[in-house]
Amino acid sequence: MKIIIAGCGKIGGSVLASLAQEGHDLTAIDNKSEVITELTNVYDVMGVCGNAADCDTLIEAGAADCGLFVAMTESDELNMLSCFLAKKMGAQNTIARIRNPEYNDSSLSFLRQHLELSMAINPELRAAQELYNILKFPSALKIETFSRRNLEMIEFQLSEESDLSGMNLLEIRKKYDANFLITCVQRGEEVFIPNGLFRLEVGDKIGLAASQPEMEKLLKMLNSLKSQAKNILILGGSKTAYYLAKMFESSGSAKIIEQDEQRCLELASVLPSATIIHGNGAEQELLMEEGLATCDAFVALTGIDEENILLGIFAEQQKVPKTVVKVNRDELASLASKIGLGSIVSPKVITSNILVQYARALENSSGAVVETLYKIFDGKAEALEFKVTAESKLTGVPLKDVRLKPNILIGGIMRGRKTIIPSGSDAIIPGDRVVVISAGNRINNLGDILA
Amino acid sequence: MNRKMVFYTCGQMLLLEAVLLLLPVATALIYRESCVLSLLWAMAAALLAGFLIMLVSKPKDTVIYSKEGFVITALTWVMFSAIGALPFVISGEIPSYIDAFFETVSGFTTTGASILTDIESMSKGLLMWRSFTHWVGGMGILVMVMAVAPMTTDRSIHIMRAEMPGPVVGKLVPRARQTAKILYVIYFILTVLEIILLLCGGMNLFEAMIYTFGTAGTGGFGCYGDSMAGFTPYLQWVVTAFMFIFGINFNLYYLALIKRFKAVFSSEELWTYTGIVLISATAIALNVRSMYPTLGEAVRHSAFQVMSIVSTSGFATTDFNLWPDFSRIIIVILMVIGACAGSTAGGLKVSRVIMLFKSVKRELKRMLHPRSVQTVRFEGKPLEDKTISGVCIYFAIYMAIVFTLLLLISWEPFDFETKFTTVLTCFNNVGPGLGAVGPSGNFAGYSDITKLILSVAMLLGRLEIYPMIFALSPSVWTKKS
Repeated sequence: MKIIIAGCGKIGGSVLASLAQEGHDLTAIDNKSEVITELTNVYDVMGVCGNAADCDTLIEAGAADCGLFVAMTESDELNMLSCFLAKKMGAQNTIARIRNPEYNDSSLSFLRQHLELSMAINPELRAAQELYNILKFPSALKIETFSRRNLEMIEFQLSEESDLSGMNLLEIRKKYDANFLITCVQRGEEVFIPNGLFRLEVGDKIGLAASQPEMEKLLKMLNSLKSQAKNILILGGSKTAYYLAKMFESSGSAKIIEQDEQRCLELASVLPSATIIHGNGAEQELLMEEGLATCDAFVALTGIDEENILLGIFAEQQKVPKTVVKVNRDELASLASKIGLGSIVSPKVITSNILVQYARALENSSGAVVETLYKIFDGKAEALEFKVTAESKLTGVPLKDVRLKPNILIGGIMRGRKTIIPSGSDAIIPGDRVVVISAGNRINNLGDILA
Repeated sequence: MNRKMVFYTCGQMLLLEAVLLLLPVATALIYRESCVLSLLWAMAAALLAGFLIMLVSKPKDTVIYSKEGFVITALTWVMFSAIGALPFVISGEIPSYIDAFFETVSGFTTTGASILTDIESMSKGLLMWRSFTHWVGGMGILVMVMAVAPMTTDRSIHIMRAEMPGPVVGKLVPRARQTAKILYVIYFILTVLEIILLLCGGMNLFEAMIYTFGTAGTGGFGCYGDSMAGFTPYLQWVVTAFMFIFGINFNLYYLALIKRFKAVFSSEELWTYTGIVLISATAIALNVRSMYPTLGEAVRHSAFQVMSIVSTSGFATTDFNLWPDFSRIIIVILMVIGACAGSTAGGLKVSRVIMLFKSVKRELKRMLHPRSVQTVRFEGKPLEDKTISGVCIYFAIYMAIVFTLLLLISWEPFDFETKFTTVLTCFNNVGPGLGAVGPSGNFAGYSDITKLILSVAMLLGRLEIYPMIFALSPSVWTKKS
């Protein structure tokens, strides 16, 4: 599909990289020629240097016949305008990054409707949502939800004390009476879809799929259920911090430490129930004073990845029950998880995932379409949710008789409000939603998983 | 440097050469000529070498950067020429390997400089190969591979940039491969069109193909000793028109295809190119008026010659060596200018000349008004300083190479005019020069060493200097760079 990406900064560039991997025909628009030169050197994409809301630039980039136009520049207004123009020129779908909280309230639907946007994306809000999910369920490093939270998949790392280490999957099944599935295992740099004889080791990162109540039961049995975080300390008063604090307004208390006085005042006026502290969060003295040692969770959201990582390590040392850090650069993210910071949130990755999912869904408008897509385990595997149509070849056959491609697993079936963790005798029927885990294969529609 | 990837890609290219040799093989079979064996041997050599190289250097890491792009391009061109020369030697029609190498390099680089004294005695299969090399080299060997076969790397833009002429190489569509395909489709359609028009004028298919390949690649090899002089005015005009057409930036054809005519007609380079051609042709026509019986004939010869030189083809309908000095100097200037960037022609390229003049103007103005701030605009857009300094540096290296080459061949027993135009004509991929290497002469009189030097000069010119320089510099080849 022909996709144009306007604005190739941190977020736009990462979106471009993941869409390039998907094999789309990409055109990048940016007003800095260095950015364009760099991108065209690394990826097989066309670059156009210019203002994304300039008609000439858009014509040159071919907005008239593109399948998807994505505006990811710094400015919300520019994104809206360029999406609007692209749409009027003939772009089939448009996606704009709109992250100003003022636009993200009730006016968003009005904007979307009248600008004819296919989607408005707010990376900071999405990041805040992911943070919220993790903080609600601190046992997991990461949590992915499917089909309106009917099915959850959590990632967690096996520690020395964990009962699971050293057991193979069949033994685990026998020992624990709960309905769950170990969907994939990451050991070092490699990701496996395990079979029954796969033996878990200390240090493995595993993905567990189960329905929400089952998951709590299971974690209780494993003695690794941590209680929901209520009292959180946020470092850095970014937009993400604002959205996160807003979500905690009803269910807990949030404290934000921010260096810039002006920003503190702004936050204080929009977040009346949160505590806003003006000070340098990099000073450990201040963190201790503001109760780092007693809070339920520490969230580092400053604009500097390195600072987030270092303060995250400090918080772990202070035995804070849950530490989450924002890391935008991929190479730093993998370093951070090596030194023991498990929960990492990256707005860039979240946004890229959403766009990859959207582009895949556009590519095959017929049949079963990708409804949700998560890149899991540092992007080495994918979890996808599909809605099963009557035409699908999978329906009506018990799963043990369905021949799947290697390294693919059906991780869950949602039928109405019921969640089924599939065993060999279960069969898929039309109308189900299924979650497919794939390591290495690119799955576009449900038919792709068959061998 | 990723050496394995460099060699692997070059190996792939050699396989392509084996496929390309099928056309002359077919020609030789049709005319039942004995040279078919020599062509088949060359084909076998290309296949064997290609497979061996690919076998030894299967790369694990397929990432390439710009330095690999440069080296791949340079190596491919040298290897193509080395193997492409084999049929001439094996068949015995050009007994000396150095001569054959010179002839093949001249073919692939679309120069058209020849060491042959008796073209008519060559077999048709080999003549077809000799002219076909023009067609292949015109648009680019690697660009062709990119169009027909999937590349192992997705950073093929580096290769494309190294091979395509012009100061800035962009893509027409997002994918490098698709861009290469579009370019070749346009190239192919124009080629077929010219063949048809030449057939209408009474050429046979063999002649039409030979002269079309010569025009399309802006090469200049023909199949007669007098180049185009023996053909009718209609045929000469057709070739004149197509030399002009193949000298235009191919991106403009694509823009016309997608109906962006405004962009085509506002192209500064195209108008300058047209202006240069018209002014030079008029000036020469007036200058040589008295040498021909009618004004029409003078115009025809002058238009043909101007087009032939500015597009760096090098066909001739008349011996312009006999023209007055005014016309001959215009011819020499046109050799250096060349045609548009992104075409199949050689030379400095019109766009570079425009940028040079504009930046000169800016510098002069800056001397008068030291605090003035100005941007240089080209094709309606302000040019980056990086591009401008790139063009200036290119020009400096260009001049340095011209004089170095001149010094290197200075000991040859020819007059200054011959040697000077020899260097210009080879380096700019034109073909004929003045004096002993004029349209009626050839390069056979040079010694073997000079022929090798001139071969390098032609490659330097076709690949726009940098790839050859980098391929020859040891620092690029060290493992750690």
